[in-house]
Amino acid sequence: MFKALRLEEIYEKMVSSEEYKTGGWRTFKPVFDKEKCIDCGSCWIYCPENSIIKKGKADYDVDLEFCKGCGICANECPTEAIKMVLEEK
Amino acid sequence: MEVAADIPSYVKCRKVCKAKLSANRCFKFRKLLKKVSEEELFSKGHRACSGCGAALALRLALKAAGKNVIVVQPTGCMEVVSTPYPETSWKVPYIHVAFENAAAVASGVEAALKALGKKDRVKVLAIGGDGGTVDIGFQALSGMLERGHDVVYICYDNEAYMNTGVQRSGSTPLGAATTTSPAGKVSFGEDRPKKDMPRIVAAHNIPYVATASVAFPLDYMEKVRKALEVKGPAYIHVLAPCPPGWGYDSAKTIELARLAVDTGMWILYEIENGKERITYKPTVKKPVEEYLRAQKRFRHLSKDIIQRIQEEIDKRWKEIFES
Ligand SMILES: Cc1ncc(C[n+]2csc(CCOP(=O)(O)OP(=O)(O)O)c2C)c(N)n1
Ligand code: SF4
Ligand code: SF4
Ligand code: SF4
Ligand SMILES: [Mg+2]
Repeated sequence: MFKALRLEEIYEKMVSSEEYKTGGWRTFKPVFDKEKCIDCGSCWIYCPENSIIKKGKADYDVDLEFCKGCGICANECPTEAIKMVLEEK
Repeated sequence: MEVAADIPSYVKCRKVCKAKLSANRCFKFRKLLKKVSEEELFSKGHRACSGCGAALALRLALKAAGKNVIVVQPTGCMEVVSTPYPETSWKVPYIHVAFENAAAVASGVEAALKALGKKDRVKVLAIGGDGGTVDIGFQALSGMLERGHDVVYICYDNEAYMNTGVQRSGSTPLGAATTTSPAGKVSFGEDRPKKDMPRIVAAHNIPYVATASVAFPLDYMEKVRKALEVKGPAYIHVLAPCPPGWGYDSAKTIELARLAVDTGMWILYEIENGKERITYKPTVKKPVEEYLRAQKRFRHLSKDIIQRIQEEIDKRWKEIFES
């Protein structure tokens, strides 16, 4: 039942958790309104999933492969530039 | 206690802000945030619940620490969610040890680095949950502090044993319902006050002790940076709300971490070489009921108990902010 593994075998198998896409957990997804963004960076700093992408000045987007849809970014945005919308799959 | 005037963080901008802007509207906060490292050393794909405050605490700690660290972790949520073999979320060297001995192993890693002559280049960072720190890992930690190892120990505090399904820990606050301090006819939840771990650590007379909250990322990261800079042991206790364990909507993690500070439930301070200072004084003191009512674990509390909690806070508030 148990098989002895050599250390090298263990290391060879190791991969980053980025192989596992947590985006599938989501029910709501953040949608950005660029017009309202004041470039404060709150959404970026507060995302526990590091799933906010800085695209440019006052231009943020979400990494849908990993965003779990927690809603923190929308809740913390001071200008309501982010809305959580039900995702149709 | 002295109130800090020179910490270059969001804390200061809120203090001087005449417009009383919310944190993220503040110009200074925005400017300082631009200086935060873009490097992400805690990978996406970790299995923490949606909205996990502790996962954010790790992400921010590594941003502040950079890549020349070796991380040591006892078991607990953050170890389990970040290391589902063969995957890892860590882009820095990482050792997972048993529930009770992270500080002992971190001591050994530091001693080995010393022997190898690499101590100036690599720092040791131990990161444990509240159970692994204030309860079962306590004696290992006390030993590490006593021996004076050059290790930074971060305790992420979600106020219970979350990984095994919300059992109370020494860090669970008065009145909180957990599976082992249930609320019902004969019990109002946890019947003992929260263990004051940062003070206990400070009593070891180590060079640096600080409290933090994930709602105050600049303040927290500045403290991690300082802790890594000092020679000898340093300890940071960061409040990290947990949506399933505390019972609230995942979007409210930061809101609650901020409310804890604005009500006086959690105080942000640091003790540097014995000198204490508050790093953030709330502009308006909010009633604790606001914080308690927002969480399922406190929802059963009667007016009497809430009053008792408020009185405790008022006493501490007076001692700290008005003396
Ligand atoms: C000696 C020992 N006792 C019990 C356990 C089971 N156990 C694993 S994680 C955990 C709770 C951890 O709580 P905490 O340190 O607060 O971290 P959290 O899960 O809340 O992040 C427990 C009891 C264990 N692994 N080892
Ligand atoms: S919803 Fe949560 S996980 Fe998704 S981008 Fe916003 S903060 Fe990150
Ligand atoms: S929180 Fe809102 S205003 Fe701030 S950067 Fe993100 S989208 Fe823009
Ligand atoms: S139970 Fe709480 S601490 Fe553990 S992963 Fe989930 S949100 Fe984070
Ligand atoms: Mg815990």
